[in-house]
Amino acid sequence: MDTINKADVIVVGAGPAGISAAIEVARGGKKVVLIERAQYAGSKNMYGGAVYTSALKEVFRDDFETIPYERVINSHTWAFLTDTGSFEMTYKNDDSTASYAIKRFNLEKWMIERAKEAGVYYIPNTLVTNLLLKDGVVIGVKTELEEYFASVTILADGVNSLLSRQINLRNNYEPKDIILSVKEAIKLDKKIIEERFNLKDDCKNGVNKQYFGTAFGNLKDVKNLFMMTFLYTFKDTVMLGVGANLADLTKNKLNLNQILDEVKKHPDISPLIKDGETIEYSAHLIPEGGYKKMPKLYSSGVIIAGDAAGFINSVHFEGTNFALISGKLAGESALVALENNDFSERSLSVYRKKLEKSFIMKDLYAYRNVIERLYSRSNSLSVYYPKKIRELFEIVTSANCISKGSQIRSYVSSFFKDRNISELFKDIFAFLKCGLDVFFGK
Amino acid sequence: MQENKDNKKSIQEKLELLKYNCANSSHLIVDQKVCAKCKDKPCTFICPAGVYSKDEITGEIIVQYENCLECGACRIACPKNTIDWSYPESGCGVVFKHN
Ligand SMILES: Cc1cc2nc3c(=O)[nH]c(=O)nc-3n(C[C@H](O)[C@H](O)[C@H](O)COP(=O)(O)OP(=O)(O)OC[C@H]3O[C@@H](n4cnc5c(N)ncnc54)[C@H](O)[C@@H]3O)c2cc1C
Ligand code: SF4
Ligand code: SF4
Repeated sequence: MDTINKADVIVVGAGPAGISAAIEVARGGKKVVLIERAQYAGSKNMYGGAVYTSALKEVFRDDFETIPYERVINSHTWAFLTDTGSFEMTYKNDDSTASYAIKRFNLEKWMIERAKEAGVYYIPNTLVTNLLLKDGVVIGVKTELEEYFASVTILADGVNSLLSRQINLRNNYEPKDIILSVKEAIKLDKKIIEERFNLKDDCKNGVNKQYFGTAFGNLKDVKNLFMMTFLYTFKDTVMLGVGANLADLTKNKLNLNQILDEVKKHPDISPLIKDGETIEYSAHLIPEGGYKKMPKLYSSGVIIAGDAAGFINSVHFEGTNFALISGKLAGESALVALENNDFSERSLSVYRKKLEKSFIMKDLYAYRNVIERLYSRSNSLSVYYPKKIRELFEIVTSANCISKGSQIRSYVSSFFKDRNISELFKDIFAFLKCGLDVFFGK
Repeated sequence: MQENKDNKKSIQEKLELLKYNCANSSHLIVDQKVCAKCKDKPCTFICPAGVYSKDEITGEIIVQYENCLECGACRIACPKNTIDWSYPESGCGVVFKHN
């Protein structure tokens, strides 16, 4: 057998989870092979736009300084889109360096270079088609042309993770547990982006905006659509995308590209991308099942990390940090198993213990019901409150010869009259419970 | 809001911006017998790349797999769980750069 085809650890998938896992194993002095189906790592992947620096520092240590990011993202806006405008809340901290806007093509390319330096044996252009099993133990992987063998296989093959399904570590997702997302990269002059978004002209500033609300344009009459719009400024590109619950899209017979085109026409979004040229269109899934839909995280000879395990906090657009850290912990666990020369399920359960000590399990647990609760109130979030916010601002901003007091009084009472009163209490209850869950999380 | 011609055109224009590598054989296989019994045919409207359509004459599902963005939505949205879905062969399929 070729020596290349035998390693201590095989990692499938060169996204943040897989690369981080492979680096950890290589640093432990063990032989690790990292297999990626794409010709260029990163070219199959898509996200909103920003990686979290604390996780990058933990994995890449001092090399972290050399990451070729495009902008520091330090202005965050949460907004509701109404049919005529929007209501925004912004937090801006020019000194913050918590996250960087970088294209995945460049991020993964840079991470792969670091992995090779650490001693990872990297095999691109290679699709893993099957897991190899012996007596129920995963002993390696099969690609289109070859077989590779290892004591531990780490699956970091992303949200669709076809491989973990082969050995029944996880069930299929249902549409309601999935967000489908599409994005356009819109090219604009760097100077124009800086003027438009009020940024200092040195890439040390950048903007992320997240919008709720669907009651505008052609979408106005759509009911029960849980959807979010996101925008990130890159150096000379604006990333604009939408994500929506797959079950809602199916029920309403909607196509997400059509929704994105509608968002681009919204009166508060279109000026932001005016005269821009779309240079790329992409699509990707986000797993939303979280804690409740967590797969079996390990079994004899195999561990799952990153999106493949559903490690994500979609409320806050966090995923790369979960991937990087769960990958690192998967690598550490493989090293422990190699040290003990025990690759049984029991031995690999060290992975779960490590996850439980980290923010990963704690956050997943704290947010276990949050998405479901927000989702159950999606009409309130997407349609009703954007409308009510707009009404309030109409009152306080227009002088219309009716006393403010009487307008506000009738506005307040409208909350009890517009809809069945129970809706209001359900909203309050759901939002309150979300807050309490997070506050009293692990 | 119904699926319309404008959206088809919009998707087509956006797909033209993309680079794809080799596409020798389909990585998306449907079972026409099962599809014939599928009422809403969600694959035909859910796919962000408009890969699936219904042949006006034969009623069969046409799969333009070369346009696939490899997201996985069709696999999960198919109510009959009938799409034999895999990734394109090694190194083939869509190549994102501004992602
Ligand atoms: C619209 C959107 C916006 C997001 N925004 C953000 C954000 O702003 N910030 C953030 O931190 N996170 C964000 N995320 C989440 C983040 O992108 C993911 O959580 C993260 O990329 C997961 O990393 P991963 O390594 O687990 O998986 P992936 O990045 O998906 O990597 C998996 C890799 O495995 C490869 N692969 C799969 N199967 C095989 C196989 N059989 N053989 C060989 N290779 C294979 C794939 O080609 C891929 O390279 C967003 C996600 C989406 C969809
Ligand atoms: S949704 Fe599934 S069963 Fe229905 S037509 Fe499409 S592929 Fe066939
Ligand atoms: S994987 Fe995504 S892009 Fe490809 S056919 Fe299915 S829905 Fe369309």
